[in-house]
Amino acid sequence: MFATAFSFLYQFGDAFAFLVIASMGLAIIFGMMGVINLAHGEFITCGAYVTATLAQKGLPLPLAILGGAACAGIIGMILEITIIRRLYHRPLDSIVATWGISMIATQGVLIVLGSTMQGVGTPLGSFSVGGYSYSTYRLVLMAIAVLLLLGLYLLFYHTRFGVIARATIQLPRMARATGVDTSRIYTLTFGLGAALAGLAGGLYAPTMTLVPTMGSTFIVESFVTVVIGGGDIFMGAAPAAAILAVIRAGMTAWQGQLFGQIGLLLTVIVVIRLMPGGLSGWLLRGRK
Amino acid sequence: MKPGLSGHPSLVDVAPMARQSALKLWLSRLEGPQTMGRGRGFWTGFALVVLAAAAYPQFADGWTVGNTAYFLVWTFMALGLSVIWGYAGALSFGQTAFFGLAGYAYGVLTINFGAAYGFTLIALVLSVGVAALLALVLGYFMFYGRVTGVFIGIVTLAVTLVFQAFMAQTAGPEWAIGKARLNGFNGMSGMPPLTIPWPGGEIMLYADVALYYVLLGLVVLVYLGLRMLLNAPFGNVLVAIRENPDRAEMLGYEVRRYQLLAFILGGALAGLSGVLYTAWGQYITPSSMSITAAALPVIWVAFGGRKDITATLIGTLIVIAVYQSLTIYGSQYAIVVMGTVLVLTVLFAPEGIVLSAAKRVSRLFGKGRGK
Repeated sequence: MFATAFSFLYQFGDAFAFLVIASMGLAIIFGMMGVINLAHGEFITCGAYVTATLAQKGLPLPLAILGGAACAGIIGMILEITIIRRLYHRPLDSIVATWGISMIATQGVLIVLGSTMQGVGTPLGSFSVGGYSYSTYRLVLMAIAVLLLLGLYLLFYHTRFGVIARATIQLPRMARATGVDTSRIYTLTFGLGAALAGLAGGLYAPTMTLVPTMGSTFIVESFVTVVIGGGDIFMGAAPAAAILAVIRAGMTAWQGQLFGQIGLLLTVIVVIRLMPGGLSGWLLRGRK
Repeated sequence: MKPGLSGHPSLVDVAPMARQSALKLWLSRLEGPQTMGRGRGFWTGFALVVLAAAAYPQFADGWTVGNTAYFLVWTFMALGLSVIWGYAGALSFGQTAFFGLAGYAYGVLTINFGAAYGFTLIALVLSVGVAALLALVLGYFMFYGRVTGVFIGIVTLAVTLVFQAFMAQTAGPEWAIGKARLNGFNGMSGMPPLTIPWPGGEIMLYADVALYYVLLGLVVLVYLGLRMLLNAPFGNVLVAIRENPDRAEMLGYEVRRYQLLAFILGGALAGLSGVLYTAWGQYITPSSMSITAAALPVIWVAFGGRKDITATLIGTLIVIAVYQSLTIYGSQYAIVVMGTVLVLTVLFAPEGIVLSAAKRVSRLFGKGRGK
């Protein structure tokens, strides 16, 4: 009994961690700037590749992961300055442009680095409960997901950057009038989103095979989380990830991985019919 | 002049039109505010292009003609996306879902029931119907849920990616519908091409001259039909919704129903492309619903000019031709070029390159031709 309960909890925690870590970068860019970043998957790939390269060079894994995140973040800021910035008043076009970037990046990686890359082994070994063995690293990922949410909450609600960023999002003109360099805030926010995507790639690099299209393994889940969550990260994406994790863990346990994904898709289609503003629109209704 | 409601009589002043015969009315809608090109010059050019296209197989070998037919296969999906994105203002990223679904439906139907007595044509209609039905269900949830802008793109994209994932894992023998094995990642093959029942033996439309003529006829029919539809009140309302949904609603139009109808039309056209593609090469694979495949229609339409079906049609043919000549050097390079084209178009010619060029040309020649 305990073993079954633990198994489900583990499945749930694993799905929750995956959804949170995979979708935070997308959620921040969407929630703060209204841009859906279709190159999200490629930032993840970038983080994973850089992490693997650094780890093979002998850097300890945590540092390598941070290196991957930093690299993705810097590329994100460069893209924001060169391309995304020109498209803020045309949200649909900004999506289309990020899609173009995504195609260039995926195929570019394929051309330059070939179809696979040597990965890094999963660290920390495993433990067993009731005859099933579980990966310790995945428990660490669950803890990181929770810490990540906490850290972002502190960043946006308890730092000067957070106050300025939220002010920029709510009333850009007013923020500019009070002396905020809003375009710098947009660049930093986009960079933060890209860095979080890179972090996701780095964190999951030890658990996956590294191929140029690996980013697309993440995007359906992260899109679904953001669409169900709506504009707000803490009142939207985080609870959405929890709900979706229950659905995915349940469907996966019942019918396998693919049905977990189909379950997510059906959920999103029904949810947008009932709450078009996403969870956060529904939870925060009447506030605006 | 901005395409819009002003200056067009049929929205508010239908009564004088009603006196004309219905046929005359619809023919008059071949020209109008929502489509580029009018007057004798445009239609002479149109006739010349169609004639040249019809004469072309006389000057090329069968294989090349069959290859050109392949270009025409895709135009329906592009025209459908132009209606949804350019006219109705709802960007769908998942047209390939309808494409793939209809393609697989055609395969399943014809493998099970054969091709005799022109059944392939019935299968074509049924498969397009299946795609339209998916568009109806999906569109209902999206438009009646008041989903807007960005979310429509994301949901449709998620649908096509999940379809791809689902079809890719159907490799085992248990995944079969009747006699038709779905075959997982390798895709389905062995379905018959389209056939036309004819006295003295059916005509099998392999990728050759006969299929080319059928496709050319279909393209002309769909193009002219869409011109009439888009210049009819239906098209005007779609454009009104694109320009300002709230105003259109205040004027008393059921915005959601119009968007849903446009979405179904676009889904059916994507389905038509899917069936024709499957019948053209006698195979369909899950990768036709992948994220790269889903990006291609967006590139064609963005490059041509989403707000006009003529520009979309021309742009689509140009991009596909370029894409195919690039794949000679390896398809991954071609995709990099396509991605670059997309980014540059969005940055520097947001209206679409063909449409911007056409507007510039028509300005040179003064008004009267073009918009």
